[in-house]
Amino acid sequence: MKNEALYNYVLRLGDDSLILGQRLGEWCGHGPILEEDIAMTNISLDLIGQAMSLLDYVGEIEGQGKDHDALAFLRFENEYRNALLLEQPNGDFANTMMRQFLFDAFRKPLYEKLLESTDQQIAAIAEKSLKETKYHLKHSSEWIIRLGDGTDESHQRAQTALDLLWRYTDELFFETADDVSLVASGIVPSMNEIKTQWSKTVQSVLEEATLVIPTNNWQFEGGRRGIHSEHLGFLLADLQYMQRAYPNMKW
Amino acid sequence: MVTKESILSWLDEVCDPEIPVLSLADLGVLRGVEYLNDEWQITITPTYSGCPAMKTMEDDILLKLKEHGVQAKVHLVLSPAWTTDWLSESGRVKLKEFGIAPPENEVDKSVLFAAPTVVPCPRCNSRETKMVSQFGSTACKAHYQCLICSEPFDYFKCLK
Repeated sequence: MKNEALYNYVLRLGDDSLILGQRLGEWCGHGPILEEDIAMTNISLDLIGQAMSLLDYVGEIEGQGKDHDALAFLRFENEYRNALLLEQPNGDFANTMMRQFLFDAFRKPLYEKLLESTDQQIAAIAEKSLKETKYHLKHSSEWIIRLGDGTDESHQRAQTALDLLWRYTDELFFETADDVSLVASGIVPSMNEIKTQWSKTVQSVLEEATLVIPTNNWQFEGGRRGIHSEHLGFLLADLQYMQRAYPNMKW
Repeated sequence: MVTKESILSWLDEVCDPEIPVLSLADLGVLRGVEYLNDEWQITITPTYSGCPAMKTMEDDILLKLKEHGVQAKVHLVLSPAWTTDWLSESGRVKLKEFGIAPPENEVDKSVLFAAPTVVPCPRCNSRETKMVSQFGSTACKAHYQCLICSEPFDYFKCLK
């Protein structure tokens, strides 16, 4: 492969979008209110659209003629490179919004930096996706504040979600030795920069939501290396069922 | 002989499958028409990354040109990214007549809980409307309701 570092990096971006998009889609028809049902599936659609562009580019870098469908539907679990956070089950609405918020707060500054990428295709995808991500972050931030600073019940559920999901956040900023070369050639930003921005957003929103960041900072990792939680297998069974049962079927 | 002008006039009849009053040119989705390598090359850009109408738009373009005996290729480009600023003036008028409020200039999305944009009702023109949901029936629309005539309506949200 011409550029394995770039391949791995874009694959991580694409898988993050794909897996979270699939998770959000599970809310279709089950949202707490109609407007949120539509909001979550709209966001899911944006993420799956972004995954299509990103995975098409992954296929192009790989150079074996694979398109986004081949990559989304025909890989095994250990070949997915999404962060563990994104494959975690939806749980209740507070849990889904917390997962979304922690991710949106990471994706927005990342896309802002990728706009300046020396790789034109990455810059183009970032330009398109950033506009959508701004909407997502606004939506999830407002919900976190409403839930955290809402009733006792909603506060407690939001705090439980934060306690549960915080341990998956460090992995978002995972950087391989290969990534250093991408940073040096101006293709991607350093994750330190992104983490600073992320922390700023997360702290200010959580503070307004009267939620407390867990002091136990033990962190999970593995997704970026293809080592996933048990939840991904079930998600993929749902996602891949059609292509596995009827290979090459077309919609 | 087929000219760029004739291609453009034929494509004027190709509309957004969800908003059948808007042509792809009105919508700003049609980005270019060029004759290259013995073929007409049509360039389009999506409104939103996951817009499921893109495939239909591509097929409709090819079908329309085929009616006129023209072979073409459709290319999808992401950059420059589509913005509602590309919506034509006539497109804005047609949207409103169809019952969808055209985009208004919106506040900065980094401001949380900002007062939602005032969107006049496309039916009774009242400015007393409320946002029901930022996410509507398609990715490009938000859901509003008029407080005077009570009519619910779609708002084609501003994307910059």
